[in-house]
Amino acid sequence: MRVGIDVGGTNTDAVLLDGSAVLAGVKQPTSPDVTLGIVNALNTLGGQHPFDPADVSGVMIGTTHFINALIEARRLAPTAALRLGLPATASLPPLVGWPKPLVEALQARTYLAHGGHEFDGRHIAELDADEIRRHAADMAAHGVRSVAVSSVFSPINTDFERQAAAILEEELGGSVAISLSHEIGRIGLLERENATIINAALRELAQQITDALIGAVRDYGITAPVYLSQNDGTLMDIDYTRQYPVATFASGPTNSMRGAAALSGLGNCVVIDIGGTTSDIGVLNKGFPREATGEVTVAGVRTNFRMPDVLSIGIGGGSHVRSAGREVGPTSVGYQLTERALVFGGGEFTATDAAVALGYAAIGDPALVAGLDRDHARAALATVAAAITDAVERMRISAEPLPVVAVGGGSILLPDELPDLGEVHRPEHFEVANAIGAAIAQVSGEVDRVYAIPDGQRDRIVEEAKAEAVDKAVAAGANPGDVHVVDFDEVPLPYIPGNATRIRVKAVGELAMEALR
Amino acid sequence: MSDTPGTNTTATTGTARLAAADIADLARGAAILGTGGGGDPYIGQLMALEALEENGPVELVTPAALPDDAQILPVAMMGAPTVMIEKLPSVEQFVVAVDALGRYLGVTPTHIACMEAGGVNSTIPIVAAAQMGLPLLDGDFMGRAFPELQMVTATLFGIPATPMSITDDKGNAGIFTTVSNLWAERLARVVTVEMGAAAIVSLYPMRGHQAREAAVADTLSLCVRLGRAVREARAVHADPVAAVAQVLGGRLIHRGKVVDVVRRTTAGFARGEAKLAGLEANAGTTLALSFQNEHIIATRDGVVLATAPDLLICLDMDTGEPITTESLRFGHRIALVAAPCDARWQTPAGIELVGPRYFGYDLDPVRWDQVAL
Repeated sequence: MRVGIDVGGTNTDAVLLDGSAVLAGVKQPTSPDVTLGIVNALNTLGGQHPFDPADVSGVMIGTTHFINALIEARRLAPTAALRLGLPATASLPPLVGWPKPLVEALQARTYLAHGGHEFDGRHIAELDADEIRRHAADMAAHGVRSVAVSSVFSPINTDFERQAAAILEEELGGSVAISLSHEIGRIGLLERENATIINAALRELAQQITDALIGAVRDYGITAPVYLSQNDGTLMDIDYTRQYPVATFASGPTNSMRGAAALSGLGNCVVIDIGGTTSDIGVLNKGFPREATGEVTVAGVRTNFRMPDVLSIGIGGGSHVRSAGREVGPTSVGYQLTERALVFGGGEFTATDAAVALGYAAIGDPALVAGLDRDHARAALATVAAAITDAVERMRISAEPLPVVAVGGGSILLPDELPDLGEVHRPEHFEVANAIGAAIAQVSGEVDRVYAIPDGQRDRIVEEAKAEAVDKAVAAGANPGDVHVVDFDEVPLPYIPGNATRIRVKAVGELAMEALR
Repeated sequence: MSDTPGTNTTATTGTARLAAADIADLARGAAILGTGGGGDPYIGQLMALEALEENGPVELVTPAALPDDAQILPVAMMGAPTVMIEKLPSVEQFVVAVDALGRYLGVTPTHIACMEAGGVNSTIPIVAAAQMGLPLLDGDFMGRAFPELQMVTATLFGIPATPMSITDDKGNAGIFTTVSNLWAERLARVVTVEMGAAAIVSLYPMRGHQAREAAVADTLSLCVRLGRAVREARAVHADPVAAVAQVLGGRLIHRGKVVDVVRRTTAGFARGEAKLAGLEANAGTTLALSFQNEHIIATRDGVVLATAPDLLICLDMDTGEPITTESLRFGHRIALVAAPCDARWQTPAGIELVGPRYFGYDLDPVRWDQVAL
């Protein structure tokens, strides 16, 4: 049996799974106390379907604690950013373009030092150990408790970041956490560095939160390993979470999409999550959300770590209907649907009122919309369907038809069939889709690096990259017999001779859970 | 610009000021003139912002206002955009490049200029001008982006690219004197790779009377107006694509969704072709967009609609955001705008330098308004 728990900003979902069968599923308001929230979830699950804690083979948790801490700029550690790249890169020092309140919340200090690599692996400058020691002394004097280290082209050569980390550890002692940029982001120095600084700022909180999560699970009598959900829909263990809290940032939408897809029995599909004000649309490929290709802005900071590609449009159950139904949204009654919508005795014509008037859903008091112009209601839902169809079209990455899965309270707005897209799948249990998404997750390994490819060597290099991704997945806990490559991408870099090519490979596999027990 | 909001440079003095608050508009406008190439405007935008915030606004001078004996030293970044986002320049690199060339020539620069108004090279000279406290020419020598350094109007006027300086982040500087601008391109490209595939160059040193003749005038203020037009159109829910076409005096030639992108890197350049399945009025048609760093040729159902040197600009159909060739991908809904290039590119010499045949396509240029849509 597995337990999946998804701690969202508003609600905490939990499920008990046996294989793919949902034995119990609960949803309750998120508790401000981390431990209490997990204990409540486990108790409620046990109440619904009594189970022996010893029979649980794994607990998978998705959490928004870390991204919320960043957005609210609270509980962040005093952080230093050390960049290796001098004499290059000084035109844009670390933290450039950051919102000022966040910089202050980090009590951030920035340091530039010599080092870094060229695109072809040559050194920009040699590492200067004394220079780093001087920076370390200044960090210590200013009470820095976490350090982000970035080095130019570290995704191609990791040596300088590792060497600098060793020197910092020597000087600052083991209590200062060190985050290395090559382990967090991709090519694109500022974005990778930003992601690393964010990670560094969350390291103390990661220690506290994971301790609380583990404590709650153990108190319940479960001795099985605990994992956390990552942005890409795979799992990481507790040690990894303590080192890479940023990897949890988008686990909410990812778990929701993966859960919905699993409940529908679909690996490749579009998932439409229709809420009160917005609809989020994402695409799953072989069960994993497609990743955003460009930069992702988090709390006003540009980053490039792995995030799902989600398109949000301003249409939801609470969207205002205007112009005889030709316009729906983006304004909405939001969370006040139960006060302001017509079916709840309010005075505002919402998309939900249109659905109730046409008999698609029984919400509130249908009598209150009996007098609504049916043509206007039909027009409003046609507008919704057209906008959703349009957004789905934009998210498709090929001309292949993709099944459509609709979840969320606002999914009553959609017809059973959409023009051009076909049948709309509406899975059961979708209210706990997030927790199911967490519970069914696998583990992954990824390679993202720039290679210089000599003539005739491409196939060999591609095979090596794939083998490395598989090895990383196994190292992360995947069952070796089950790991396979799910994503491969090869992009030649212009202007550079020697066939410089960026290769990305991702391999995933089922967790080797029994082996770990 | 700060002193003359909503207008071009003032007729009386020929100057305006470029301030930090203008940079976001300028960078978006430069990405539009980049016609798919020209590099990541974000890095250039940040560097220009930092430089203006630290040193104050930069004076912009329209070419017509240059005295004969003005000494102009243009500055540019040369190299791979994919390297520039990783290995950022040093603080001194811009000034080192200008100083190296000035010292070699035995001149003191009076103005900084921009060779390429499209992409990252629209903002690099702002950094140099701000750091050196020098005025910046409101203009460039392409009126758009092109991939090679001899592809400038200055070449048409016989202005040599060299002596040129080339500098790296480490403080190395070199000077080239070459027999042609094409040789400058070849040699500088090799040295750029040796310098780590990203270098700052100062080239095409020229006097005021030469710049007056050769420059494409007022393209930096055009970038600001373009960026502002997109922003303001969006703010009032008007069509930003129409706003871009209007500012450039061009026209919308196709609306379509990307259904295929084929890329290949040959001789160091990103070549390829995107297929845009027509939407709305263009439904049922397919447009093939050929690119070589920049967009070169638009062909709809076998009919060539427009080619370089005129501008072929891909914009997001809804937001009007410019789309680079690197970020073209399936599902992108694109409005393709064709707009006139500087008239000198349409002369026989201009066409030889930047026409379709130079890029390896055996056809004569087709003007932005030549084909009935």
